[in-house]
Amino acid sequence: MNIAVREPKVEQATRLSIVDCDIHPNLRAGSDLKPYLSSRWQHHLETYGGHIRQALSETLAYPRMTPDVARRDAWPPSGAPPGSDLAFMREQHLDANGVEYCVLVPLRTGAGSQRNVEYGAALARAMNDWQAAEWLDKEKRLRGSIMVTPEYPEAAIAEIERCASNRGFVQVLLPPRTDEPSGRRRYWPVYEAAVAHNLPIGMHVGGISGQPCTAGSGPASYYIEEHHSLVPAMQAVIVSMVLEGVFEQFPTLRVALIEGSFAWVPPLTWRLDKQWKRLRDEVPHLKRSPSEYIREHFWFTTQPIDEPDRPQDLFDVMGWVGWDRLMFSTDYPHWDFDDPRYVFKARLEEPARTQLFSGNAKALYGLE
Amino acid sequence: MSRHVVANVGEIAPGSSKLVTVKGREIGVFNIKGEFFALANKCPHEGAALCRGKLVGLALSDEPGQYRLTRQGELLKCPWHGWEFDVRTGQSYCDPDNTYVRQYAVSVEPGSELLKGPYVVETFQVAVEENYIVVEM
Repeated sequence: MNIAVREPKVEQATRLSIVDCDIHPNLRAGSDLKPYLSSRWQHHLETYGGHIRQALSETLAYPRMTPDVARRDAWPPSGAPPGSDLAFMREQHLDANGVEYCVLVPLRTGAGSQRNVEYGAALARAMNDWQAAEWLDKEKRLRGSIMVTPEYPEAAIAEIERCASNRGFVQVLLPPRTDEPSGRRRYWPVYEAAVAHNLPIGMHVGGISGQPCTAGSGPASYYIEEHHSLVPAMQAVIVSMVLEGVFEQFPTLRVALIEGSFAWVPPLTWRLDKQWKRLRDEVPHLKRSPSEYIREHFWFTTQPIDEPDRPQDLFDVMGWVGWDRLMFSTDYPHWDFDDPRYVFKARLEEPARTQLFSGNAKALYGLE
Repeated sequence: MSRHVVANVGEIAPGSSKLVTVKGREIGVFNIKGEFFALANKCPHEGAALCRGKLVGLALSDEPGQYRLTRQGELLKCPWHGWEFDVRTGQSYCDPDNTYVRQYAVSVEPGSELLKGPYVVETFQVAVEENYIVVEM
């Protein structure tokens, strides 16, 4: 009935081209992986399926208020799951928001968290081949993440070596919630392989740890509690990796913490430095203060952005974290998506703006 | 300010809505229990197409353990971050002081008194005896 005689005004994409460091490609259905699994693991998928660290292994730890954790407008016209349709992803996000590059962070299958590590390794291989064939080969703006199995380091190393020659892959993806804290020695061979191939480690929030997200007490009541617990999980990654001496062992290791945002980083470094000054003889393998390791080895993606009451305050925090360590991300197509046009409530000046929206990610991931 | 015909009254059933374009701007017209309201299709938080969100109620609690769902279908929940806006006022319930959706006046007028709006020419002719929904903008 309503016929527009004039084209609706189209929002201007940000003039800045952006690198989006966190978008989630999705399977249309589990059967999409079949061509990438051997018959032995197809049989396992069909007969048993996956099992991660909770009873209902194909579900999320807490029920969300939106299906598929997605923006309600992210369902493609075909009705396929959000993030599974490249043409719609181009239209709704890559083109509309001026994305120059974006880094795929596949989460489906939970390959790295599977209890059956052989099956996990098969899923990781399949997901990586699926990424290459269905996404990287079809869209030149996309870059991939090598899914690996931290609880099965030998397979993780083989997978890194197998995929590293495809320059479309720009990082090794590990879950931050592992059987043991991330800095423990059992994971060092994986870090060593990443360093050998000059690939950063990417750790995306979430995953099913099998432990209550309350870090020590019993299970939490609400999704909002679990959602917040993603931050202390990221803090635990930093604390463990720094204090275990990972960065003394691997001085060129770079770690991108994805979807944890960053406003919590400065007080963590203050507290760790203070404690280190008093307790350093317990960890004599640390040659520098924790804050120095953190400043040098960690990168942080911005989403979900922190929103202080005075928007300008955020820029002070960003300066404390380090302007060269912050990388813009949207989390498309998930519900807590950040839009590049509106993510900052105060004006972000150059050169910080370009650094944050593209420069830092290009430097870390070797884009261009 | 000018007035624009955007829909036939019967076209938007109670509990439903229609997305229209007036002066190049997208506006969602909602029927809440027989009353019509119009909201800009842009969330003031991060710019999402607000009218693709869900109509929900307002969950209230005076103290832990006591809950009630009120005003069912009168709040619009943003499709992205879940901000809730009162469709009657455009006011946000999470942060009522700082986040408003632009609201437009809506009235229902007899068809014979209408000026034809620039965007509804075709439909005006087929429903001249009916009542039309008019958006002022």
